[in-house]
Amino acid sequence: MAVPKVCGIETEYGIQHVGGDGNPVTSSSLLVNAYVAGLSRAGWDFEDESPGNDARGFAREGALPPEVETHLVNAVLTNGARYYVDHAHPEFSTPECADAAELVRFDLAGEEVLRRSMRAVASVLPPGQRIVVYKNNSDGKGNSYGTHENYLMDRSVPFSRIAHLVPAHFVTRQVFCGAGKVGVETPGAPADVPYQLSQRAEFFEEEVGLETTLKRPIVNTRDEPHADPRRFRRLHVIVGDANRAEVATYLKVGTTAFVLAMIEDDVFGSPDVVPTDPVRAIRQVAVDPTLRTTIDLADGRRATAVSVQWELFERARKYAEHHGYAAVGGESVGADVLRRWEQVLHGLETDPAEVAAQVDWAAKLQLLQAYRERHGLSWDDQRLAAVALQYHDLRPERSLFARLATERLVDPADVERAVVEPPRSTRAYFRGRCLARWAGAVAGANWDSLVLDLGTDPLRRIPMMDPLRGTADHVEALLDQCSSPADLVARLSGGEREPRDG
Amino acid sequence: MAERELKRKQAPSTREEPAVEETPATAGQGEKLKAELDDLLDEIDEVLEENAEEFVRNYVQKGGE
Repeated sequence: MAVPKVCGIETEYGIQHVGGDGNPVTSSSLLVNAYVAGLSRAGWDFEDESPGNDARGFAREGALPPEVETHLVNAVLTNGARYYVDHAHPEFSTPECADAAELVRFDLAGEEVLRRSMRAVASVLPPGQRIVVYKNNSDGKGNSYGTHENYLMDRSVPFSRIAHLVPAHFVTRQVFCGAGKVGVETPGAPADVPYQLSQRAEFFEEEVGLETTLKRPIVNTRDEPHADPRRFRRLHVIVGDANRAEVATYLKVGTTAFVLAMIEDDVFGSPDVVPTDPVRAIRQVAVDPTLRTTIDLADGRRATAVSVQWELFERARKYAEHHGYAAVGGESVGADVLRRWEQVLHGLETDPAEVAAQVDWAAKLQLLQAYRERHGLSWDDQRLAAVALQYHDLRPERSLFARLATERLVDPADVERAVVEPPRSTRAYFRGRCLARWAGAVAGANWDSLVLDLGTDPLRRIPMMDPLRGTADHVEALLDQCSSPADLVARLSGGEREPRDG
Repeated sequence: MAERELKRKQAPSTREEPAVEETPATAGQGEKLKAELDDLLDEIDEVLEENAEEFVRNYVQKGGE
């Protein structure tokens, strides 16, 4: 039985420092520091990071250990998230979430953290300067930055099976989770493309590989489970766009959880829906907003991306009938994902404008077309590029997305809460609650451990090797009973090594 | 031909159902959104960055991932 698809999203935000010195590292640091200064937080602990390990079974020479940029801010927040400067961007990694619904809430909490950061930094910048953050994935000039999803998988699943089958979904899911963009920006792309479904699609050059910045692969092989490596793998998905539309994020994560659960349980069925040339196919799908383009499939057929999605949806529905919803967020989320998946495919088939409240590329295209018609602009007019970019602006007063009546899934009060409180359903609960209570004693934290400084040698590392241990059910009572971090360590080492029971 | 073959497998049981009643979240939203879009277009120039060309040109993002 597939393990529950614990999931998270890492978003690198675009950043523009008006009046700054042009160094995005400095600007990102200013922004993140302005937010974390004065918060209860801990530094990130780089112990055991291994981004150079390859899921195909080898370690890339020279890739280990990770680059440790200790001079750059890198904080763990009380909601269990990581907020830091990743090279030239501010990056927010959500805490581990149990399902797509919870992850939408924490993805939005990330947006709110960035908004608060913009407000905080505004008060320390010299007059005439401002830092603005965009939730998108490309600058329109050939530079792309990532929004990476992560899904928990059983270690016993052969990676080759995942790599073989999952492109069927990764190539075609952009019909509902592409964020849309004007034009093309990579060498060799067809020149006469006014609009694409996906921001990221044209940046993918390989089918499978370890890279994330050069020769980007549709299936990323980074093997860094951030959990017990004998039991788990973390599928690191780099092929997606950052979404503003809440339903798009929900479907992106929810449908992918279904597809991965089917692959894990080895009931994906025939590989006939896998594109023969995924790199070619993902670009072909991206450049056709009419959705009529067909791609070559493994069994010799040609099909549209929407019809491949119908097939995957049908398989997912049958999967739920036979295997239930345990791996895909329980019935409340899993059945809702299926319902919305079907709904969005119906809408896309009828007219993409019908799903403009759910799908970013459709919302943006509708806005661009209306603006274009009103002013009689050609597709290469810079005013259209400006409208497209400003869709992603996170400032409420400037964001064009915020002015569109898209469908909301999360109550704003719940987003506010998720800015400071961790999910109750994963080990992020333990991390976040320890930090909220004893920030002074948390010497460092990362995804799979927490290091406490009790004022006596040595530092105590608490392992959290199972993402589904350390939940509120497991440790809320225990944490309530503990009067100090030393008390917590004593209780944990008196019983179990991992924070599992209260 | 091949395309049709794949399409025939689409959600056979539910696709017969009245989509309008089944999908209140999306049905007819196209028109509603279009009306709201007109309102947005009326006020968009107050929100848009002043110099579109300069704004787009200056948005350069290097590094990451």
